[in-house]
Amino acid sequence: MSFINYSAREINCKIVYYGPGLGGKTTNLQYIYKKTSPDAKGKMISLATETERTLFFDFLPLALGMIRGFKTRFHLYTVPGQIFYDASRKLILKGVDGVVFVADSQVERMEANIESLDNLRTNLTEQGYNLDAISFCIQYNKRDLPNVVPVEEMNRVLNPKNVPWFEGVAKDGRGVFDTLKEVAKQVLMELKKAGR
Amino acid sequence: MAGSDLVMYEEEFKQIDEELSKLHEQANAKLTFVVDKNGQLITVVGETENLDTTSLASLTAGNIAATGGMAKLIGEKEFSILFHEGERDNIHISIISQRVILVVIFDQRSSLGLVRLRVKKSAEALSNIFNRILLKVEKEKGVKGETKSPFAEITEEDIDKLFS
Repeated sequence: MSFINYSAREINCKIVYYGPGLGGKTTNLQYIYKKTSPDAKGKMISLATETERTLFFDFLPLALGMIRGFKTRFHLYTVPGQIFYDASRKLILKGVDGVVFVADSQVERMEANIESLDNLRTNLTEQGYNLDAISFCIQYNKRDLPNVVPVEEMNRVLNPKNVPWFEGVAKDGRGVFDTLKEVAKQVLMELKKAGR
Repeated sequence: MAGSDLVMYEEEFKQIDEELSKLHEQANAKLTFVVDKNGQLITVVGETENLDTTSLASLTAGNIAATGGMAKLIGEKEFSILFHEGERDNIHISIISQRVILVVIFDQRSSLGLVRLRVKKSAEALSNIFNRILLKVEKEKGVKGETKSPFAEITEEDIDKLFS
Protein backbone atom coordinates (compact mmCIF):
# COMPACT_ATOMS: atom_id res chain seq x y z
CA MET A 1 0.00 0.00 0.00
CA SER A 2 1.89 3.01 -1.25
CA PHE A 3 1.57 6.40 0.41
CA ILE A 4 1.20 9.34 -1.96
CA ASN A 5 1.70 12.71 -0.31
CA TYR A 6 0.60 15.48 -2.67
CA SER A 7 1.51 18.10 -0.13
CA ALA A 8 5.13 17.07 0.31
CA ARG A 9 5.24 15.69 -3.26
CA GLU A 10 6.44 12.32 -2.11
CA ILE A 11 5.63 8.74 -2.84
CA ASN A 12 6.56 5.94 -0.43
CA CYS A 13 6.46 2.24 -1.30
CA LYS A 14 7.10 -0.82 0.84
CA ILE A 15 9.13 -3.78 -0.39
CA VAL A 16 9.55 -6.93 1.69
CA TYR A 17 12.38 -9.48 1.33
CA TYR A 18 11.02 -12.92 2.21
CA GLY A 19 12.63 -16.35 2.32
CA PRO A 20 13.99 -19.16 4.48
CA GLY A 21 16.30 -18.53 7.43
CA LEU A 22 19.95 -17.75 6.63
CA GLY A 23 19.09 -17.34 2.95
CA GLY A 24 20.61 -13.87 2.58
CA LYS A 25 17.73 -11.40 3.00
CA THR A 26 19.60 -9.24 5.49
CA THR A 27 22.76 -9.55 3.37
CA ASN A 28 20.83 -8.11 0.39
CA LEU A 29 19.87 -5.05 2.45
CA GLN A 30 23.37 -4.69 3.87
CA TYR A 31 24.85 -4.66 0.37
CA ILE A 32 22.33 -2.09 -0.84
CA TYR A 33 23.12 0.02 2.22
CA LYS A 34 26.86 -0.25 1.58
CA LYS A 35 26.59 0.73 -2.08
CA THR A 36 24.09 3.59 -1.81
CA SER A 37 25.32 7.17 -1.49
CA PRO A 38 24.78 8.66 1.99
CA ASP A 39 22.28 11.27 0.78
CA ALA A 40 20.01 8.59 -0.69
CA LYS A 41 19.69 6.36 2.34
CA GLY A 42 18.60 6.56 5.93
CA LYS A 43 19.90 4.47 8.79
CA MET A 44 19.58 0.73 8.46
CA ILE A 45 17.74 -0.69 11.45
CA SER A 46 18.24 -4.35 12.35
CA LEU A 47 16.20 -5.88 15.13
CA ALA A 48 18.33 -8.97 15.56
CA THR A 49 19.32 -11.44 18.25
CA GLU A 50 22.78 -11.46 19.80
CA THR A 51 23.84 -14.00 17.19
CA GLU A 52 22.72 -11.65 14.41
CA ARG A 53 19.66 -13.63 13.44
CA THR A 54 16.78 -11.34 12.47
CA LEU A 55 14.32 -11.20 15.36
CA PHE A 56 11.64 -8.87 14.04
CA PHE A 57 12.79 -7.07 10.89
CA ASP A 58 15.53 -5.10 9.14
CA PHE A 59 14.54 -1.75 7.74
CA LEU A 60 16.28 0.38 5.14
CA PRO A 61 14.73 3.57 3.73
CA LEU A 62 15.98 4.50 0.25
CA ALA A 63 15.32 7.76 -1.58
CA LEU A 64 15.98 6.92 -5.18
CA GLY A 65 15.23 10.23 -6.86
CA MET A 66 12.42 12.10 -8.55
CA ILE A 67 9.73 10.75 -10.83
CA ARG A 68 7.45 13.33 -12.41
CA GLY A 69 8.34 15.82 -9.68
CA PHE A 70 7.67 13.37 -6.86
CA LYS A 71 10.38 12.21 -4.46
CA THR A 72 10.37 8.44 -4.78
CA ARG A 73 11.13 6.52 -1.61
CA PHE A 74 11.31 2.79 -1.07
CA HIS A 75 11.16 1.28 2.38
CA LEU A 76 12.90 -2.09 2.32
CA TYR A 77 12.06 -4.64 5.01
CA THR A 78 13.21 -8.19 5.65
CA VAL A 79 11.26 -10.75 7.64
CA PRO A 80 12.77 -13.17 10.16
CA GLY A 81 13.20 -16.40 8.19
CA GLN A 82 13.10 -18.88 11.04
CA ILE A 83 9.88 -20.88 11.08
CA PHE A 84 8.77 -20.00 14.61
CA TYR A 85 8.68 -16.26 13.88
CA ASP A 86 5.57 -16.59 11.71
CA ALA A 87 3.51 -14.10 13.73
CA SER A 88 6.15 -11.42 13.08
CA ARG A 89 6.29 -12.23 9.38
CA LYS A 90 2.55 -11.66 9.03
CA LEU A 91 2.85 -8.23 10.62
CA ILE A 92 5.63 -7.12 8.31
CA LEU A 93 3.64 -8.05 5.20
CA LYS A 94 0.95 -5.52 6.12
CA GLY A 95 0.75 -2.78 3.52
CA VAL A 96 3.33 -4.38 1.22
CA ASP A 97 3.70 -3.16 -2.38
CA GLY A 98 6.25 -5.65 -3.66
CA VAL A 99 7.92 -8.87 -2.53
CA VAL A 100 11.36 -10.32 -3.25
CA PHE A 101 11.76 -14.01 -2.46
CA VAL A 102 15.38 -14.79 -1.61
CA ALA A 103 15.85 -18.51 -2.12
CA ASP A 104 18.87 -20.43 -0.81
CA SER A 105 20.35 -22.37 -3.76
CA GLN A 106 21.95 -25.12 -1.69
CA VAL A 107 20.53 -28.62 -2.23
CA GLU A 108 19.85 -29.15 1.45
CA ARG A 109 17.79 -25.92 1.66
CA MET A 110 15.31 -26.73 -1.12
CA GLU A 111 12.75 -28.01 1.31
CA ALA A 112 13.10 -24.83 3.39
CA ASN A 113 12.61 -22.77 0.21
CA ILE A 114 9.41 -24.58 -0.65
CA GLU A 115 8.09 -24.25 2.88
CA SER A 116 8.90 -20.54 3.03
CA LEU A 117 7.27 -19.86 -0.33
CA ASP A 118 4.11 -21.70 0.78
CA ASN A 119 4.20 -19.65 3.96
CA LEU A 120 4.49 -16.42 1.93
CA ARG A 121 1.48 -17.36 -0.17
CA THR A 122 -0.60 -18.21 2.91
CA ASN A 123 0.37 -15.07 4.83
CA LEU A 124 -0.29 -12.82 1.83
CA THR A 125 -3.70 -14.37 1.36
CA GLU A 126 -4.48 -13.70 5.03
CA GLN A 127 -3.73 -10.02 4.43
CA GLY A 128 -5.96 -9.93 1.37
CA TYR A 129 -3.22 -10.13 -1.25
CA ASN A 130 -2.57 -12.67 -3.98
CA LEU A 131 1.01 -13.73 -4.68
CA ASP A 132 0.15 -14.17 -8.37
CA ALA A 133 -1.08 -10.58 -8.65
CA ILE A 134 1.34 -8.64 -6.47
CA SER A 135 4.71 -7.20 -7.66
CA PHE A 136 7.05 -10.14 -7.15
CA CYS A 137 10.44 -11.49 -8.19
CA ILE A 138 12.81 -14.23 -7.04
CA GLN A 139 16.53 -14.26 -6.32
CA TYR A 140 18.41 -17.58 -6.32
CA ASN A 141 21.10 -16.69 -3.84
CA LYS A 142 24.44 -18.29 -2.95
CA ARG A 143 25.24 -19.33 -6.52
CA ASP A 144 28.95 -19.33 -5.63
CA LEU A 145 28.60 -22.38 -3.39
CA PRO A 146 29.56 -25.84 -4.72
CA ASN A 147 26.38 -27.75 -3.80
CA VAL A 148 23.77 -25.66 -5.60
CA VAL A 149 20.64 -26.87 -7.37
CA PRO A 150 20.66 -26.06 -11.13
CA VAL A 151 18.68 -22.91 -11.94
CA GLU A 152 16.33 -24.85 -14.26
CA GLU A 153 15.41 -27.14 -11.39
CA MET A 154 14.88 -24.21 -9.01
CA ASN A 155 12.64 -22.52 -11.54
CA ARG A 156 10.66 -25.71 -12.03
CA VAL A 157 10.04 -26.10 -8.32
CA LEU A 158 9.79 -22.51 -7.06
CA ASN A 159 8.75 -20.50 -10.08
CA PRO A 160 6.01 -22.25 -12.07
CA LYS A 161 4.49 -18.88 -13.08
CA ASN A 162 7.86 -17.78 -14.46
CA VAL A 163 8.10 -14.46 -12.63
CA PRO A 164 11.35 -12.50 -13.18
CA TRP A 165 14.26 -14.23 -11.40
CA PHE A 166 17.93 -13.53 -10.84
CA GLU A 167 20.98 -15.49 -9.82
CA GLY A 168 22.67 -13.92 -6.84
CA VAL A 169 25.67 -13.91 -4.57
CA ALA A 170 24.35 -11.33 -2.13
CA LYS A 171 27.53 -11.08 -0.06
CA ASP A 172 29.43 -9.91 -3.16
CA GLY A 173 26.51 -7.93 -4.54
CA ARG A 174 25.84 -10.14 -7.55
CA GLY A 175 22.21 -9.81 -8.59
CA VAL A 176 21.31 -7.57 -5.64
CA PHE A 177 20.53 -4.37 -7.53
CA ASP A 178 19.03 -6.25 -10.50
CA THR A 179 16.55 -7.80 -8.09
CA LEU A 180 15.73 -4.51 -6.37
CA LYS A 181 15.34 -2.72 -9.68
CA GLU A 182 12.96 -5.37 -11.01
CA VAL A 183 10.64 -5.26 -8.02
CA ALA A 184 10.75 -1.43 -7.88
CA LYS A 185 9.87 -1.30 -11.56
CA GLN A 186 6.90 -3.59 -11.05
CA VAL A 187 5.67 -1.51 -8.10
CA LEU A 188 5.90 1.74 -10.05
CA MET A 189 4.18 0.18 -13.05
CA GLU A 190 1.34 -0.86 -10.73
CA LEU A 191 1.03 2.76 -9.62
CA LYS A 192 0.85 3.74 -13.25
CA LYS A 193 -2.00 1.31 -13.83
CA ALA A 194 -3.80 2.54 -10.72
CA GLY A 195 -3.40 6.15 -11.81
CA ARG A 196 -5.05 5.72 -15.16
CA MET B 1 -8.16 -3.44 2.21
CA ALA B 2 -5.10 -4.54 0.30
CA GLY B 3 -5.66 -2.11 -2.51
CA SER B 4 -6.43 1.09 -0.65
CA ASP B 5 -3.48 3.43 -0.94
CA LEU B 6 -3.06 6.23 1.55
CA VAL B 7 -3.21 9.59 -0.17
CA MET B 8 -2.52 12.92 1.46
CA TYR B 9 -3.80 16.21 0.04
CA GLU B 10 -2.53 19.73 0.69
CA GLU B 11 -5.63 20.92 2.54
CA GLU B 12 -5.86 18.05 5.02
CA PHE B 13 -2.09 17.98 5.43
CA LYS B 14 -2.23 21.56 6.68
CA GLN B 15 -5.06 20.73 9.06
CA ILE B 16 -3.13 17.78 10.51
CA ASP B 17 -0.05 19.93 10.88
CA GLU B 18 -2.04 22.62 12.70
CA GLU B 19 -3.64 20.10 15.04
CA LEU B 20 -0.25 18.56 15.81
CA SER B 21 1.26 21.98 16.50
CA LYS B 22 -1.58 22.72 18.90
CA LEU B 23 -1.08 19.41 20.68
CA HIS B 24 2.67 19.95 20.78
CA GLU B 25 2.22 23.29 22.49
CA GLN B 26 -0.58 22.36 24.88
CA ALA B 27 1.03 19.11 26.00
CA ASN B 28 4.45 20.73 26.47
CA ALA B 29 5.86 17.99 24.25
CA LYS B 30 9.30 17.67 22.69
CA LEU B 31 8.01 16.02 19.57
CA THR B 32 4.66 15.00 18.14
CA PHE B 33 4.17 13.00 14.97
CA VAL B 34 1.67 10.98 12.99
CA VAL B 35 2.57 7.71 11.26
CA ASP B 36 0.38 5.45 9.20
CA LYS B 37 0.08 1.87 10.43
CA ASN B 38 2.49 0.66 7.75
CA GLY B 39 5.27 2.84 9.11
CA GLN B 40 5.11 5.78 6.71
CA LEU B 41 5.72 9.07 8.48
CA ILE B 42 2.91 11.51 7.68
CA THR B 43 4.03 14.63 9.51
CA VAL B 44 6.11 15.70 12.48
CA VAL B 45 6.21 18.80 14.73
CA GLY B 46 8.93 19.66 17.26
CA GLU B 47 12.60 19.11 18.00
CA THR B 48 13.68 16.88 15.13
CA GLU B 49 17.38 17.82 14.97
CA ASN B 50 19.66 14.79 15.22
CA LEU B 51 16.66 12.52 15.21
CA ASP B 52 16.08 9.82 12.61
CA THR B 53 12.33 10.33 12.21
CA THR B 54 11.99 7.81 9.37
CA SER B 55 13.33 4.98 11.54
CA LEU B 56 11.32 6.20 14.49
CA ALA B 57 8.18 6.00 12.36
CA SER B 58 8.96 2.51 11.12
CA LEU B 59 9.71 1.20 14.61
CA THR B 60 6.56 2.82 16.00
CA ALA B 61 4.49 0.95 13.44
CA GLY B 62 6.38 -2.26 14.24
CA ASN B 63 5.67 -1.68 17.90
CA ILE B 64 1.95 -1.16 17.31
CA ALA B 65 1.83 -4.18 15.03
CA ALA B 66 3.54 -6.38 17.62
CA THR B 67 1.32 -5.28 20.50
CA GLY B 68 -1.70 -5.60 18.20
CA GLY B 69 -0.66 -9.21 17.60
CA MET B 70 -0.38 -9.74 21.36
CA ALA B 71 -3.83 -8.18 21.85
CA LYS B 72 -5.43 -10.63 19.40
CA LEU B 73 -3.79 -13.58 21.15
CA ILE B 74 -5.49 -12.67 24.42
CA GLY B 75 -8.80 -11.82 22.76
CA GLU B 76 -8.52 -8.02 22.63
CA LYS B 77 -9.17 -6.07 19.43
CA GLU B 78 -6.13 -3.85 19.90
CA PHE B 79 -4.24 -1.94 22.59
CA SER B 80 -5.11 1.60 21.64
CA ILE B 81 -2.60 3.30 23.95
CA LEU B 82 1.06 2.41 24.63
CA PHE B 83 3.35 4.22 27.00
CA HIS B 84 7.12 3.86 27.29
CA GLU B 85 8.88 5.45 30.23
CA GLY B 86 12.55 6.37 30.05
CA GLU B 87 15.01 8.09 32.36
CA ARG B 88 14.63 11.44 30.63
CA ASP B 89 12.16 11.05 27.80
CA ASN B 90 8.88 9.21 27.54
CA ILE B 91 6.81 8.11 24.55
CA HIS B 92 3.03 8.08 24.41
CA ILE B 93 1.57 6.20 21.44
CA SER B 94 -2.10 6.01 20.50
CA ILE B 95 -4.08 4.63 17.58
CA ILE B 96 -6.46 6.96 15.78
CA SER B 97 -9.36 5.76 13.65
CA GLN B 98 -7.75 2.29 13.67
CA ARG B 99 -5.58 3.53 10.85
CA VAL B 100 -2.96 6.05 11.96
CA ILE B 101 -0.71 6.35 14.98
CA LEU B 102 -0.22 9.50 17.04
CA VAL B 103 3.07 9.72 18.94
CA VAL B 104 4.03 12.25 21.62
CA ILE B 105 7.55 12.38 23.05
CA PHE B 106 7.88 14.40 26.24
CA ASP B 107 10.22 14.95 29.19
CA GLN B 108 9.89 16.33 32.74
CA ARG B 109 8.48 19.61 31.42
CA SER B 110 5.22 17.72 30.92
CA SER B 111 3.43 14.83 32.60
CA LEU B 112 1.64 11.66 31.53
CA GLY B 113 -1.67 13.05 32.80
CA LEU B 114 -1.39 16.21 30.72
CA VAL B 115 -0.30 14.29 27.62
CA ARG B 116 -3.16 11.82 27.94
CA LEU B 117 -5.69 14.62 28.32
CA ARG B 118 -4.43 16.59 25.33
CA VAL B 119 -4.02 13.50 23.15
CA LYS B 120 -7.63 12.58 23.81
CA LYS B 121 -8.79 15.97 22.53
CA SER B 122 -6.52 15.96 19.49
CA ALA B 123 -7.41 12.38 18.64
CA GLU B 124 -10.97 13.40 17.97
CA ALA B 125 -9.98 16.25 15.67
CA LEU B 126 -7.40 14.12 13.83
CA SER B 127 -9.88 11.30 13.48
CA ASN B 128 -12.30 13.66 11.72
CA ILE B 129 -9.59 14.85 9.34
CA PHE B 130 -8.56 11.30 8.41
CA ASN B 131 -12.17 10.32 7.83
CA ARG B 132 -12.49 13.27 5.45
CA ILE B 133 -9.38 12.10 3.59
CA LEU B 134 -10.81 8.62 3.19
CA LEU B 135 -14.05 10.06 1.80
CA LYS B 136 -12.08 12.22 -0.58
CA VAL B 137 -10.01 9.27 -1.82
CA GLU B 138 -13.18 7.27 -2.43
CA LYS B 139 -14.72 10.19 -4.29
CA GLU B 140 -11.65 10.67 -6.48
CA LYS B 141 -11.77 7.00 -7.35
CA GLY B 142 -15.29 7.50 -8.58
CA VAL B 143 -14.31 10.23 -11.05
CA LYS B 144 -11.33 8.46 -12.52
CA GLY B 145 -9.87 10.12 -15.55
CA GLU B 146 -10.73 13.65 -14.49
CA THR B 147 -8.06 13.92 -11.80
CA LYS B 148 -5.17 12.05 -13.29
CA SER B 149 -2.52 10.69 -10.97
CA PRO B 150 0.98 12.02 -11.68
CA PHE B 151 2.06 8.42 -12.11
CA ALA B 152 -0.28 7.65 -14.96
CA GLU B 153 2.42 8.66 -17.45
CA ILE B 154 5.47 6.95 -15.90
CA THR B 155 7.73 5.38 -18.51
CA GLU B 156 10.34 2.65 -18.17
CA GLU B 157 12.89 5.35 -18.91
CA ASP B 158 11.81 7.28 -15.78
CA ILE B 159 12.35 4.17 -13.71
CA ASP B 160 15.73 3.38 -15.29
CA LYS B 161 16.87 6.89 -14.40
CA LEU B 162 16.26 6.18 -10.71
CA PHE B 163 18.89 3.46 -10.79
CA SER B 164 21.48 5.10 -13.01
